[in-house]
Amino acid sequence: MLAHNQDPPRRTPLHSLHVSLGGKMVPFAGYDMPVQYPAGVLKEHLHTRTQAGLFDVSHMGQIALRPKSGKVEDAAHALERLVPQDIVAIAPGRQRYAQFTNADGGILDDLMVANFGDHLFLVVNAACKDADEAHLRANLSDDCIIDALADRALIALQGPKAEAVLAKFCAAAPAMTFMDAGPHEVAGINCFVSRSGYTGEDGFEISVPASDAERLTRMLLDNPDVLPIGLGARDSLRLEAGLCLYGHDIDTTTTPVEAGLEWSVQKSRRSGGARAGGFPGAEKILAHFDNGASRRRVGLRAEGRAPVREGALLFADSAGGEPIGKVTSGGFGPTLSAPVAMGYVPVSLSALGTKLFAEVRGQRLPLAVAAMPFVKNTYKR
Amino acid sequence: MTTTLYTSDHEWLAIDGDTATVGITDYAQQQLGDVVFVELPKVGRTLKKAEAAAVVESVKAASDVYAPISGDVLETNEALAAEPALVNSDAQGAAWFFKIKIADKSELGGLMDEAAYKAHTA
Repeated sequence: MLAHNQDPPRRTPLHSLHVSLGGKMVPFAGYDMPVQYPAGVLKEHLHTRTQAGLFDVSHMGQIALRPKSGKVEDAAHALERLVPQDIVAIAPGRQRYAQFTNADGGILDDLMVANFGDHLFLVVNAACKDADEAHLRANLSDDCIIDALADRALIALQGPKAEAVLAKFCAAAPAMTFMDAGPHEVAGINCFVSRSGYTGEDGFEISVPASDAERLTRMLLDNPDVLPIGLGARDSLRLEAGLCLYGHDIDTTTTPVEAGLEWSVQKSRRSGGARAGGFPGAEKILAHFDNGASRRRVGLRAEGRAPVREGALLFADSAGGEPIGKVTSGGFGPTLSAPVAMGYVPVSLSALGTKLFAEVRGQRLPLAVAAMPFVKNTYKR
Repeated sequence: MTTTLYTSDHEWLAIDGDTATVGITDYAQQQLGDVVFVELPKVGRTLKKAEAAAVVESVKAASDVYAPISGDVLETNEALAAEPALVNSDAQGAAWFFKIKIADKSELGGLMDEAAYKAHTA
């Protein structure tokens, strides 16, 4: 999954800040990133749920799709050739979750797409960003200039205090609602701000020129409500929020329907819609919509306290039988103080409350299919 | 009179006669981070040196704890099931994992004293 793991790790514009804050640096998706700070994963997680956490997500790819015609709808129509989402309907100043699909209906990457009025702004996963950029160039170059914005950092400010903190630097922030996105000044710096994130909390993601990134981050961290948060808590927060991690919960072998992401595919792109199909793997994905898929991603809660982690095999019975599925993400949910997991199971075993077993160190631990998100989200609608 | 010995895998053993009390070191708990779950061996189980005897899990990952010496498990620390965070607050005291009846005292010869362990983690 690590696209650059043969090369020396890259550094984000905030690398020296992480080191000075005591961040424990680990290789991740080709970057040297903080997995935790001295507070530790548990405190960082709970702090984000109760106050505000600041995350460096500058390893992610930021790409501008600029229509050669000058009309943003032309870029939107072009991008619809690669994703099953309705991109044309994204209003200026709004953002939408999307997936690049392949010819088999699998997911090449998941991404955010924002309409910035005269162009589209994409945020893609770090491990996929080079492949995504090549994919865009190979397929959209007739219609769009694909502009990889390598000189920008990306930070996320998440949690119930995020709005109050950001309001001190960005007058526009409080009026934004979930998935609003656009250019705004933050502390006088020209940024792109969206009201979104990867924690289940209200919050913001801020794209900032690399040269101003550390200055802005330090200003935000100066607020006593804000702690820096590492990748460890980022993962436990998104798991509690029921959000997919690319390469684990979704990949080239899972369709958006199997992944439980039907909500992200608008009716206009489904069978009978105004622009049905026309994206890679449409035949298979639309068949999954029309006839159902055979398996589904579900949430899982354990009866005991032992975390059930990625890779654990799932069984229908406490002994014997073949595996019926596999855990794709799992661990300890600090907000619930209990294990949480997600994985793929046959649709016939996907109903809420279905009892299953996960094999952990040779033992079958009882689990039940549970609703996601595990922790209620607090998006500002 | 107890003597404390250490393994290169960051376990400590408090030796009292033919009984050893086993836990993980303060260095180990710092490396693991917040401990959220501990799985202990069953009392009466016969452990062979170097086999997986217990599991300690942080938010991030699960780590095996290997039997530092061979012997029968005499007692386990039930307090860890209710309060795994004891491992972070008192790794080399209240958060002992299990007590083992030493099967072969010659196995103690391969362990480190405190000075050697300090050098090992320096």
